[in-house]
Amino acid sequence: MMEKSRRSFLKVAGIAAIGLGAAPAMNFAASDSHGTAHAVKSKNKKALHAQRWGMVIDTNKITDEVVESIVEACHKAHNVPDFNIEVDEKKYPNTRPVNHKQEVKWIWEEEFHNAFPDKEDEFLAEKFHDLPFLVTCNHCKNAPCVQACPTQATFKREDGIVMMDFHRCIGCRFCMAACPFGSRNFNFRDPRPFIEEVNPTFPTRSKGVVEKCNFCAERLAKGELPHCVEASEGAIVFGDLEDSESDIRVLLNENYTIRRKQSLGTEPSVYYIM
Amino acid sequence: MNKNAIITGLIIFVLAVLSPFWFNMITATQAAPEPKLLGKAKTEKNCVLNKYEMRANHMALLDEWRDSVVRNADRMYESANGHSFNMSLSTGENSCLGCHEDKTKFCDKCHTYASVDPYCWECHTNPKEIR
Repeated sequence: MMEKSRRSFLKVAGIAAIGLGAAPAMNFAASDSHGTAHAVKSKNKKALHAQRWGMVIDTNKITDEVVESIVEACHKAHNVPDFNIEVDEKKYPNTRPVNHKQEVKWIWEEEFHNAFPDKEDEFLAEKFHDLPFLVTCNHCKNAPCVQACPTQATFKREDGIVMMDFHRCIGCRFCMAACPFGSRNFNFRDPRPFIEEVNPTFPTRSKGVVEKCNFCAERLAKGELPHCVEASEGAIVFGDLEDSESDIRVLLNENYTIRRKQSLGTEPSVYYIM
Repeated sequence: MNKNAIITGLIIFVLAVLSPFWFNMITATQAAPEPKLLGKAKTEKNCVLNKYEMRANHMALLDEWRDSVVRNADRMYESANGHSFNMSLSTGENSCLGCHEDKTKFCDKCHTYASVDPYCWECHTNPKEIR
């Protein structure tokens, strides 16, 4: 007759507890699937890299035709709605009438005194009054929109691009209030009926999110230059501002350039050759 | 006297409690639909993760992909089983819809049945719908 002492009972109980705990661990190690843990995420090999992307726009080369083709190329590729088009009644019945104060634009034409309000001199050279100035998101170094965004839907990428995560935007429009350049637009309504031809390679936006230029991040990832640069016939040069040997820095070195509202200290990355 | 009343009461109670089961027995119930594997997805057999994990965790994977693409600009994904994918819901051959060609017969099949309504397609476009 074996007398069970407290000591031997505790021993057996302890071993049993280890056994119980070991089973799930063994099962886990034995399973052949490793879930997402061993996956490797990488960039496309052809992707373009920079420390800080920037743009130089040569205002001497920008004509009305160039502006038109640039705006069209950009807006078509990014499914930017045009509220002036006739809505297809069959596809989108009962679309309510358009309020033309609500527009969405990524890149557009502006007059000098609106684009550069702090540079409007009393006797400004006359040519500036009629020249079309292309304006877009400046992808500022100290972007106020990034600071204003409460959900980090707007954020700064490592390469200087001020990006938006549309999934995350809650539509509070703080960023629009913060942006001194009016580069951001709010989707007051579903933009789909107002997109003439949807580009299937880029998503549209939904009602209630803000949108803006993304420096064609989706094209840079494939090793291509932004749409506006391609359509500009040489008027826009795109490159790395931090690389002193880049085309863009050479241009900046050789020409007198200005930026929009420099005095605000947001450090825009879009330069204009005058 | 009391005994009879209690037993009838109990029977009625049990019947009432089990009413969903009776109801399901009487009416024809729909079995959970199987999402259809078409085209490339049918011949490929290998998704990002194995079938069961995809079934259970595809939403977490898509969430991870989204963050990776938007935030880190990493767009290529080489999964543990050695296949590489273009992290995209609907663009290009190596995206989700590139393989699972028909959204209505794949995604919607279960989503409709389970009455979940993910808002992916408010922005992302189904190439089939654009024509």
